[in-house]
Amino acid sequence: MRQFLLFISVVIVGLLFTARLFYLQVYSSDGYSLFDDNAIRKVYNYPKRGFVYDRNGKLLVANQPSYDVMVIPREVKPLDTLEFCQLLKIDNEQFKKRLDKAKNYSFRLPSVFVSQLSKEDYAILQEKMRKYEGFYIQRRSLRQYETTIGANVLGDIGEVNYAIIDDDPYYKMGDLIGKQGVESSYETVLRGKKGIQFIQKDRFNRNIGPYKNGTYDTIPEPGKDIKITIDAKLQAYGELLMQNKRGGIIALEPQTGEILAMISAPTYDPNALVGRKRSKNFTKLYYDTIAKPLFNRSLQGVYEPGSPFKLLTGIIALQEAVIDPSEKITCYRGYKYGNRFMKCHCVSGTRHDMVSAIENSCNAYFASTYRRILDKNGNASTGIDRWSTHLKSFGLGSYLNNDLSVGQPGRIPDREYYSKIYPNTFYSTYTISNAIGQGEVATTPIQLANVVAAIANRGHYFTPHIIKSITKDTIPDKYSTPNYTTIDKKHFDPIVEGMYQVYKKGTASYLKVDGIDICGKTGTVENFTTIDGVRTQLTDHSIFVAFAPKDDPKIAIAVFVENGYWGSRFAGKIASLMIEKFIKGTISRTDLEQWLLTHSLENEYAKPQSGEAFGINRQTQLQVVPVDKEALTIYEDNNEKL
Amino acid sequence: MLRETDRHFKFDWITIILFFLLVGFGWLNILSASHTGTTLEYFNFQDPYSKQLVFILLSVVLIIVTLSIDAKFYERFSSVIYIIALLSLVGVLIFGKTINGSTSWYSLGIMTFQPGEFAKAATGLAVAKYISDLHTDIKHFKDQIRVFAIIAIPAILILLQNDTGSTLVYASFFFVLYREGLPKVYLIIAMLVIIIGMLTLKFGILITTIIAIISVLVYYFTRRKKPAILQPIFIVVVSILFSFVVRYAYNNIIPFHQKDRISIWLRLEKDPAELLKMRQTVAYNLNESEKAISSGGFYGKGFLEGTRTTGKFVPEQHTDYIFSTVGEEWGFIGTFGVVLVFVLLIIRILHLSELQKSQFSRVYGYSVASIFFIHFMINIGMVMGLIPTIGIPLPLFSYGGSGLWGFTILLFIFVKLDSNRINEW
Ligand SMILES: [Zn+2]
Repeated sequence: MRQFLLFISVVIVGLLFTARLFYLQVYSSDGYSLFDDNAIRKVYNYPKRGFVYDRNGKLLVANQPSYDVMVIPREVKPLDTLEFCQLLKIDNEQFKKRLDKAKNYSFRLPSVFVSQLSKEDYAILQEKMRKYEGFYIQRRSLRQYETTIGANVLGDIGEVNYAIIDDDPYYKMGDLIGKQGVESSYETVLRGKKGIQFIQKDRFNRNIGPYKNGTYDTIPEPGKDIKITIDAKLQAYGELLMQNKRGGIIALEPQTGEILAMISAPTYDPNALVGRKRSKNFTKLYYDTIAKPLFNRSLQGVYEPGSPFKLLTGIIALQEAVIDPSEKITCYRGYKYGNRFMKCHCVSGTRHDMVSAIENSCNAYFASTYRRILDKNGNASTGIDRWSTHLKSFGLGSYLNNDLSVGQPGRIPDREYYSKIYPNTFYSTYTISNAIGQGEVATTPIQLANVVAAIANRGHYFTPHIIKSITKDTIPDKYSTPNYTTIDKKHFDPIVEGMYQVYKKGTASYLKVDGIDICGKTGTVENFTTIDGVRTQLTDHSIFVAFAPKDDPKIAIAVFVENGYWGSRFAGKIASLMIEKFIKGTISRTDLEQWLLTHSLENEYAKPQSGEAFGINRQTQLQVVPVDKEALTIYEDNNEKL
Repeated sequence: MLRETDRHFKFDWITIILFFLLVGFGWLNILSASHTGTTLEYFNFQDPYSKQLVFILLSVVLIIVTLSIDAKFYERFSSVIYIIALLSLVGVLIFGKTINGSTSWYSLGIMTFQPGEFAKAATGLAVAKYISDLHTDIKHFKDQIRVFAIIAIPAILILLQNDTGSTLVYASFFFVLYREGLPKVYLIIAMLVIIIGMLTLKFGILITTIIAIISVLVYYFTRRKKPAILQPIFIVVVSILFSFVVRYAYNNIIPFHQKDRISIWLRLEKDPAELLKMRQTVAYNLNESEKAISSGGFYGKGFLEGTRTTGKFVPEQHTDYIFSTVGEEWGFIGTFGVVLVFVLLIIRILHLSELQKSQFSRVYGYSVASIFFIHFMINIGMVMGLIPTIGIPLPLFSYGGSGLWGFTILLFIFVKLDSNRINEW
């Protein structure tokens, strides 16, 4: 027995060691990755972020260098805090707080101590940096916006958050990512691919040399420059016209689906979200819940479309062959259905054919055709589904599957949608408000602009998109493939003619532009808000859609001006001016321009917050303001660069 | 396979092959752990791996010398060798050089020399000589005291050098004495000391007491022939008293850094902040070593590819922590291989010892196996956190001339003795 004690001990220890080794090296080891190895320092080399140009090759977004003061707490030696703080423009309190924060993060790893110094501060600090051990300056690249336009189009870049890091391992703490606009939707194109260097370090965190002679290192791939479809001059002009107003504008090129202008008012200077001031300004913009400057009204604003929707009611009726374009319907100052009545502004007894109904925006005519569409087969349930399908073929009721960072599907109801309210019987009269673009239908400005483009093209549209070209790359085919609507080409003629008459002698006749045949349609939409829990009506939204020229459409536009009252009052003027600006490059209707620059809707917007009772529509008064000289100067500065 | 009668293969080649496997593989790991920069440079005879190569070549010379000396020499001159070893241990206390707090080295110009590494073999010879003496009976208390003294004198001298780890190695002679007939009570006491000590530190006095009482009761009632009732009561009382002693010693006597090592070993510290602090200080080496081993995974990162080894994350990696290099670069395959070779070597020595016809050779062989075992157990156990941090090298593996030569002589004296067993008269 005695001779076995040592033998057994050796075997037991051998087994114990094997078990422990198995635990350490096999069981609890989750595979080796160079990225998780903290003996290897990963140094990322950030490539140049791609530039953004407008459709005419004008530079909109470039880069500028920025300098961060970094700190490695364990290397910090006693220093002249007073002088250092003065150089960095921080106080002693902040100095301590920042150092503590860095220590909390890591003693050995660098933290940002002061981010994004101004060029002037950097110049002074750079000289003296050697005195402050443990601190050094790191160069970063920031965005530089060449003009003040297009904040909502271009977007901005900001630091990634934990959710993004978890989602995509490409991003590391402190990396920048596109947050809105094309910066966001073309993030991977613009950012390029950062390069990585693996460096062997020792336990004192010193670099020893490249890991495996740099075999695994990669060189950064520079970001690609992009050209966007925006016409910067048109964008700038639209933004100027939308001063003191709220709303959204989308201008498209019908033959391509390219977005010529995308305006959301109020807007802001994109440079406000660059660098050190970003977080402060972003917070300010983010918490402005009344004007909502970060809310892109042209893409996210869901409004009832109002009268422009009549164009669709008319065209569907033609396609469904429930009316002949020349057939006349009499308007008796409105439309009586059952024991209810839809008012109209026509003189009682006026007889309209399709063209004249569009020209005069007759509610009775379109209420009547809407009912015919739904009741075609004697069953409004299948009728509304057919109606809905036609509408959806115009891109309504869905995100347009485009390259914009935000969007809204709007709403195009079908039988299913109404099944909760009308589970059993369903008659066309139940939903008659849809006929004139009220009721349950809802669209965004970009959807409505797209409808106009489809009408301008007589039956098809190209998915509205913002990318024109990418350096050394192609853009998806889907942007050059036409999407056909369910409407035959021939049915568009009376609709276009009606729109043309709107300008010729209808509601927009005073908005004519010499030499351009514009087709348009006004819209006025009731809208409500909730004040202290009470549903309160506000002044109507002013809506206008148009395309021009009539026979060779170059531009289709949808303009929404919140609480602008009637269609031609604000939106129509803006649409005409933008069409002229785009097609001619100059403005002949300076009277309209002057009017827009001197009329503000701020008084309207202040009403719900005023806490006082207020009148709307007829009871409102236009607010006349002097021309904003500063805005005009900025506009001219921008124009010089474009 | 060698046959015992085959004169041409009189040395045990298995032992010799295992020896060279360890030395060779050890050197590769020293090379990995001690070269600087990220790429390997030419030998410069400054870096440990170059020096170790010289040590290994010299150890071959030592082997030849050791094997050339007549086997009888070792038995006959064991007392002289022992006394010379003791004198060198005393001398180092007076003339020695202090490295890392231990006064264990003679400084010989460019080289240092550690007599403690040779004292193990000398003590082994002395113990073998004393026990194999016809007049010695290890069952007698008087002889026990004498043999304890033979072991204790060098152990105490080494303790005086402030080299706790090496002192502990002398505990390995317990296996030798037990094999040769040391009464069982010593084994029981030794095991009780270890078990009660660990239980007390880990779970406290109360639980230890309860476990002791239950164990003794179970023991008492499962015995068919009941021992006197006083015996179990005595054991319980002594256990409880010992438990108090352990607690008191832990709280009041043991220096702080030792206390922390025990705390890390038995996972006593639960406060994450304290643990983090310990990992930066007292448990730094262990933590880095475990991380390095762990990061090797199953297949390892490859020879010279260990990032933590290249970055020198584990302090003293080429000496006491060399096993972590094996773990990182050779993975589980490598570490298991090293453990297996050590186990095979020790078992081979044990096996050969049992075959010896002379008691001297057997006792000496047992000493060799025990010393290898203790080093193996403490070193690898420590590097993996199974044993509190005790600084002793991994035999034949760790960097160092004295250590390598000490183990070479220790082992090859036995190889020589073994080769001679058929010539015994
Ligand atoms: Zn009418």
